[in-house]
Amino acid sequence: MIAPANTLDVSYVGLASASALVLVAVAISVWQQLGLARGFIVGAVRALVQLFAVGYILVYLFLHPQWWLVLLALLVMLVAATGTATRRRPGKADPGSRRRLWTISGTAMLLSAGLTLAYVTQLVVHVRPWYDPRYLIPLFGMIVGNAMNGAALAAERLASEMESRRGEVEAYLALGAVPARAAAEPVRRALVASLIPSVNGLMVVGLVQLPGMMTGQILAGQSPLLAVRYQIVVAFMLAGATAMTSVIVVLWYRRTFFTPAAQLAVRVAV
Amino acid sequence: MSESNSASPLFSLRNVTQQRGDATILRDLTLDLPRTAVTALIGPSGAGKTSLIRLLNRLDDPSSGEVLFDGKPITAYPVFALRRRVGFVFQRPTMFEGTVAGNLRAAAMLAGAAHATDAPDVTRVLDAAGLDGSYATRDAGRLSGGEQQRVSIARALMTRPDVLLLDEPTSALDPEVAERLLTTVARLAREGGVSVVMVTHRLSEAQRASTFTVMLEAGRLVEAGATERIFTGATHARTRAYIASTE
Repeated sequence: MIAPANTLDVSYVGLASASALVLVAVAISVWQQLGLARGFIVGAVRALVQLFAVGYILVYLFLHPQWWLVLLALLVMLVAATGTATRRRPGKADPGSRRRLWTISGTAMLLSAGLTLAYVTQLVVHVRPWYDPRYLIPLFGMIVGNAMNGAALAAERLASEMESRRGEVEAYLALGAVPARAAAEPVRRALVASLIPSVNGLMVVGLVQLPGMMTGQILAGQSPLLAVRYQIVVAFMLAGATAMTSVIVVLWYRRTFFTPAAQLAVRVAV
Repeated sequence: MSESNSASPLFSLRNVTQQRGDATILRDLTLDLPRTAVTALIGPSGAGKTSLIRLLNRLDDPSSGEVLFDGKPITAYPVFALRRRVGFVFQRPTMFEGTVAGNLRAAAMLAGAAHATDAPDVTRVLDAAGLDGSYATRDAGRLSGGEQQRVSIARALMTRPDVLLLDEPTSALDPEVAERLLTTVARLAREGGVSVVMVTHRLSEAQRASTFTVMLEAGRLVEAGATERIFTGATHARTRAYIASTE
């Protein structure tokens, strides 16, 4: 229905035989007593259920494209990504700061991923109608997935730098520095840490492995050169969106470390 | 010292209480710190000495009560300007990356010296802090603890403060280095016109360098007065016991 005629089908029998490959992982886990067998089985079942659910939702959306349904799907993706970006905190976090971080990360991703998606779909690829789910949903998924990692890295690194450089930050404050100056080095380090994966990604794209989207397009029977052009757009788009997300998260999150009187807020790193 | 009334106290604390979580660090403290050259804050560990001086340039604010500086509520001053007038030297010095001169210039820039000519002369400030001019080009991170503490003092002087708060500046130094640092501080206060408020756990330092001493214990004021009187005829038994215990 959706795949071009020259794409090889994966039958349900084929799918069942692919599960043998997960069983190899299960067998290795049992043999080496890794305690991961249950994880592999549950994970495989979850992957199956989640992907089929997404597949059916996408089929429905593609057959009944409605702008509000597409935006709703994007919102659900954004909320899920925000939850993931702010979940992996050490247990010390007080609920207040986690809620605040959720707001910060969510808003940062909404702004940067939203802007990037609008730019790419309307000015680069010229998607018509503007809400065509075949383009918006996979592109937004890639943008938000990368932005999510950037946001999580940036926030974690800023918190740890603010903790380990507390003496330096307070030495600046004691000299009459504004918080932005006092926290300049933690901010710089957090931004570098969150952007290095983007730089590395641009450096090795196509060399180490073919990116997922390009692989998908080639498997789906598209010309490799068209796949390459899309992949270039995607690589640039991810770099821009991750940089925007990281800078918003870091600069906003930084403010939460200081009181209005430019004192270090008394709390442990989240 | 600026256009202040020389009779009024330098700092006044009015019913100051400081809570941190469930712990009470300072309890209903009412105290005047006079415009003397060097004031020493003494008392056993946990007395609240560091917590007290952190209130004096608003690195912290009290949970309740009021702090006055030059007769005005400390919150009435713009906080960044206040911190340049009231310098703070931490117990453990933190050097900024780069040379000693770079550290000093960073402080001058924060004080609003847009050009090098507006800033105090690095060599003279180093000299005031007891370091010769050759230190200017040295990597601040590679200096010894005593040298770094002097750079901290010099850095604080770059904002031309009226008051210098020192939090146990000699605690990490060996006695000989501590002795020299103390001489420098006393000279700064005497010749540089800077009022010094110093936390110390070495009573000999308080006795020798200060003219006014405040004794704290468990967040409460035990007594305050001229250093000579405190060390020769303290009125409070706890002060006498503390002085005797550390002799």
